[in-house]
Parts: sequence; C-alpha cells; structure tokens
Amino acid sequence: MRILVPIKRTPDPNSLVRLTADAQIDLDGCKWIVNPFDEIALEEAVRQREAGLDAEIVVVSIGPEEAADQLRACLAMGADRAIHVCCNRSLEPIQTAHLLAAVVATEQPDLILMGKQAIDGDQNQTGQMLAGRLGWPQATFASTITISDNHTTAVVEREVDTGRETLQVRLPAVVTADLRLAEPRYVALPAIIRARNKPMANVAVDDLGGVPDCGVRTVGYELPPSRAPGVMLPDAASLAAKIREAVQ
Amino acid sequence: MSKLLCLVDSAGAGLGAQASLATFAADLCINWDSGFSICYVGSEPSAESMADLCSLGAMEVLVMADEQFARLTADAAAEAIRTLVIAEGYNILAADCSSFGRDVLPRACALLDIPMISDVIAVDATGPAPMFRRPVCAGKLIAKVEVTSTRYACTVRASAFRRERVPSGNSPVRRIDSGLDGITAGTEWVGASHVESKRPDLSNANVVVSGGRPLRDSETYERLIGGLADCLHGATGATRAAVDSGIAANDLQVGQTGKVVAPALYIAAGISGSIQHLAGMKDSKVIVAINTDPEAPIFSVADFGLVADLHTAIPELISLLS
Ligand SMILES: Cc1cc2nc3c(=O)[nH]c(=O)nc-3n(C[C@H](O)[C@H](O)[C@H](O)COP(=O)(O)OP(=O)(O)OC[C@H]3O[C@@H](n4cnc5c(N)ncnc54)[C@H](O)[C@@H]3O)c2cc1C
Ligand SMILES: Nc1ncnc2c1ncn2[C@@H]1O[C@H](COP(=O)(O)O)[C@@H](O)[C@H]1O
Repeated sequence: MRILVPIKRTPDPNSLVRLTADAQIDLDGCKWIVNPFDEIALEEAVRQREAGLDAEIVVVSIGPEEAADQLRACLAMGADRAIHVCCNRSLEPIQTAHLLAAVVATEQPDLILMGKQAIDGDQNQTGQMLAGRLGWPQATFASTITISDNHTTAVVEREVDTGRETLQVRLPAVVTADLRLAEPRYVALPAIIRARNKPMANVAVDDLGGVPDCGVRTVGYELPPSRAPGVMLPDAASLAAKIREAVQ
Repeated sequence: MSKLLCLVDSAGAGLGAQASLATFAADLCINWDSGFSICYVGSEPSAESMADLCSLGAMEVLVMADEQFARLTADAAAEAIRTLVIAEGYNILAADCSSFGRDVLPRACALLDIPMISDVIAVDATGPAPMFRRPVCAGKLIAKVEVTSTRYACTVRASAFRRERVPSGNSPVRRIDSGLDGITAGTEWVGASHVESKRPDLSNANVVVSGGRPLRDSETYERLIGGLADCLHGATGATRAAVDSGIAANDLQVGQTGKVVAPALYIAAGISGSIQHLAGMKDSKVIVAINTDPEAPIFSVADFGLVADLHTAIPELISLLS
C-alpha cells in the first residue's frame, strides 16, 4: 500500500516571535522544523512498516524552496520519496486541501496520515477538508491506528473532549495524528547522509491547477494583551486568603 | 442577505458554550435584520436542553435528531449539514471549538467549498467585510483576518464570548429530517470510553485546579489536585506531561492541543509554564502558581505565586480552605 504524509515547514515554537513595523510576523533568524504533529504522523507510518506493513511512504510539502530541508529530514526519518510543491505564499487550509487533493489524484495513496494541526496557524482544518474533498472517510486526533491485514480498513482510536472514541474507517481514508500517536525518533547521521540519494520531485502549483482565491486574508498580527505583574506570597495561608477572594 | 447558522451537538460543552456561541452570532449579525438560527445535531434532546437552546435569542431552533447521531461520525454529520445548508440557503456557519466542531465543520466546509476561520476570539462586523481575531503560534500572536467571501464558517472559542447576557425570547422549534438513511458512510463508530466525573466540566468551570509532572501518580493527583478542586467546587486539569505519564486522563489536558479554559481562578501546581500549556489558560482571570522553582515561566503569567513544594503546600491549602 501507499501512505502519503503531508508535512508543513513551521517555525520552531521556541523561537522568539516579533512583529515587523507593518504588523507582520518577523521570522528573521527563526529556526524551522517539521511541524511536530506531522513528524508524529510520519513516525507512525515508519513504525507501521517496521512492524511488517508492506508500504511505500511518500512525504509531500507545499512551501518555499527551503521546505526541501524539512522534506530531507523526513526522508532521513524513513520516508521513501518526497514531493515538493513549490509555493511562496501562505495558504488557507481550504487552498492547501485543494492542492493536496491534486497530489492525491496522481499518487493514489491508500492512506493519508497527517498532523491534526500546524503549530503556526493552529487551524486544525486541512485533514478534514482534504477528506471531505476526496469523499474519503476521516478519523481525526488519532492516538492508535491498526490497519487490517488485507489493507481495506483501519481501526483508529481518537482523543475527543469526553475521553476516547474508536472508529473503523474504510481505506482509502484520512487519519490525523494527535500527540500520543507516536514519539518521533532521533535520526542519526548515517540516515541523514543516505537520505540525500532518495528521490525528491518538484511540482509547480500551476501543475496542480493553481490556487483558487477563497476570500479570507490575514491582514496583520498583534501581540496579545500582557498581564499585569503578579506578586509572590510568603506562605500557604496568605495564598489561601487570595484564593478565597478570587472565588467570591 | 446573510443567513447564519450555529451548530450545536448533543455531546457538546453544554449551555455555557452554547450561550457563548449565541453571543458571537449576535455580534456577527449586528448589521442584519435576519438574526441567526441554531441547529441542534444529535440524538433526541431532552426537554430541558431544548428549553435552553430556545432561550438564546435565535430566530429559530432547528432540530436534526436521529438515533444514528448517538454514534455521530464526522462523515455522516458533515453530509447532513451540507444538505441542510444548501436546502435552507445558509451562507455562514459557526460552531464551538469542541472536538465535534473541529472534526465536522472543516469537512462540511470542503463539501460546500467554503473557507473556515478557526478559534475566533473577537469579531468586528461594523465594516463592509467582517474582521475576526484568532490566536496563532500557541497564542503568542493574534491574527486579524478579513473575510470578503460571502460564504464561510468559523469555530468560536467559548471562553472569549462569555458575557453576562439575559437569555432572550423563546425561539420557535422546527424539526429537520437528517436524511441520513440514504447515506452509506465509510466510517463506522466502534465504541467510546467516556470518563465520568462528578466535577464541573473543565471547559466551563469557574475554578480550575491543574497539576503537572511532579504529581507522580494518579492517586496523588486525585488526592491533591482533586482535593483542592473539590474545596473550591472546581474542575481538575493537567499538563501534557501529566497525561502522558498516566497521572491524569487525556480529556483533562489544558493547552494548545488540549482544552482552552478561562476560569475566574486557575491554580497551576507543579507546572513549568511551557508556551503550549500557557496557550490553554493564560486568559484566566486570576492565575495562581505553586512551584519549587522561582524561575519557572509560569510565574510570569501568575497573579499570585508561591514558591513551595506542592506536596506540603496543597494539603495546607486544603485544610485552610475546607
Ligand atoms: C506540539 C506540542 C504540543 C503540546 N501541547 C501541549 C498542551 O496542549 N498542553 C500541555 O500542557 N503541554 C503541551 N505540550 C508539552 C509542553 O511542551 C510541556 O512539555 C509540558 O507542558 C510540561 O508539563 P509540566 O509543566 O507538567 O512538566 P515539566 O515541564 O517537567 O514541569 C514541572 C514543573 O514542576 C516543578 N516542580 C517539580 N517538583 C515540584 C514540587 N514538588 N512542587 C512544586 N513544583 C514542582 C518544576 O520546577 C517544573 O517547573 C506540547 C508539546 C508539543 C511539542
Ligand atoms: N503547506 C503544507 N504542506 C503540506 N502539508 C500541510 C501544509 N499545511 C498543512 N498541512 C497538513 O495539514 C495538517 C493540518 O494543518 P492546519 O489545518 O493548517 O492546522 C498539518 O499537520 C499538515 O499535515
């Protein structure tokens, strides 16, 4: 079977965030990573194969030239080949889903395993939209995935507000990864070097039919309101008094 | 003319979140005469929850009740919503940021080919195009999003729209056929394990007591964090580290990837204050932090801090407050 793992290049969450004079995000000197949830999704795909699943793992990223670095990191983690959709503008999830659907049309994967959320935009939409567009079953916020021996279904345990839920989806399907699905491995140098020879295809947005306009535009950013400085209290008794005040 | 539909579900976060959604809807449709409607999607609602829904100021409350929804899958719900939206001509959809809203709404958007704005915390509908505000990068920044499309959807952060408002009116109810019978979905609901709790719902509680990694085990967590929460009639919460080490249940995780809360009082015990955790609680009214490390980042957002070992400080607080 073929597993497609869409990954996004995102700023490291520990990087400082500043605003430029015209209220845009200042990403100068920022460190870039594979979106953590996508790394988890890829880790799960690699583990499924290590556990005996006969699968080709293809990673795809829509992003600027530099996103090739993140795709290389994914090849080093165990993906077999990469597809780089070169795109310099930022996209709304509906547009990302549109482009990914075009990739799916040529790749014909049996399973799309992706992050539940990109930690820059925090939208948590793309997987659901892609599944909807394709008319495929979806299982979001997955914490375990069991693929049937004949590769026709998957049982997915998912994390919901009230606890856990289990779904069975017919393949092909879209599954989005939550934090507990898998812990990404540490990648050693030899794997990074070997990954240099793995194939990476470049695709232009126009080859995928272009990006339709969607009527949503981020016009700028602002800093959240800051909190007034707090006070340190000497003991539990004085804290108890403050707690009593707060709940009155 | 705009027609706004708010979607609520039977497993949703209850009246508090529904009232917040209605507040948001009222803010958004400030310039229209048509008001907003509410659609309930779920298994047969109780008379009490129907009365609640009818008290939120909607023009109309639609009820799409189907026993199949007791085992609601996103695939079926999104299809039912698509059919309804097309038949009734709604052009704006809104839902709470619950696991239902986040799962179903983007799928419904794809079926309708409309964009979506997640986690809205403020709306300004006075101009020609509405402007929404939403946190990004784990809440480090707020994005201002202008929507020129006439058709779109959004999820709404309940904690940002919690206002004193007098429930108004008594909306008429209309039953809608889900049309589910004709749908053969590729997704089957297998089962669920729901953690029953006698404590208030975390998302809507007035007081939340949260614990982190140093709680060590679930018994200690229950005794200390649960004990203090009970003194204050509050809910319990946890960090991802606490959930991952089996100290607390996964539905108690607060943060960028867990629940977002903004209670009157948030007590963080043994929590370092990672950016991902802060994303879920830094808008609380009063924040209290208890930590052995005076340099812990949690103190930077705390109104009141105590540098102490939680294993001694919390039992003291419990006896002082009970
Ligand atoms: C993509 C991503 C998403 C994430 N999402 C979330 C999320 O939604 N929510 C979340 O919480 N985390 C999330 N995390 C994890 C987050 O980065 C932190 O690892 C986590 O919040 C740390 O939990 P903690 O504060 O319990 O543990 P630690 O960081 O280990 O902190 C424990 C604290 O307790 C103090 N302490 C130790 N002993 C005592 C004692 N006896 N008494 C009092 N204080 C003591 C220590 O000084 C320390 O400050 C996410 C991470 C990633 C990568
Ligand atoms: N530019 C992109 N390229 C590839 N995959 C993406 C891109 N943007 C989002 N995704 C995928 O969609 C998931 C959800 O993203 P979002 O809806 O933006 O939170 C991510 O975890 C990725 O798996």
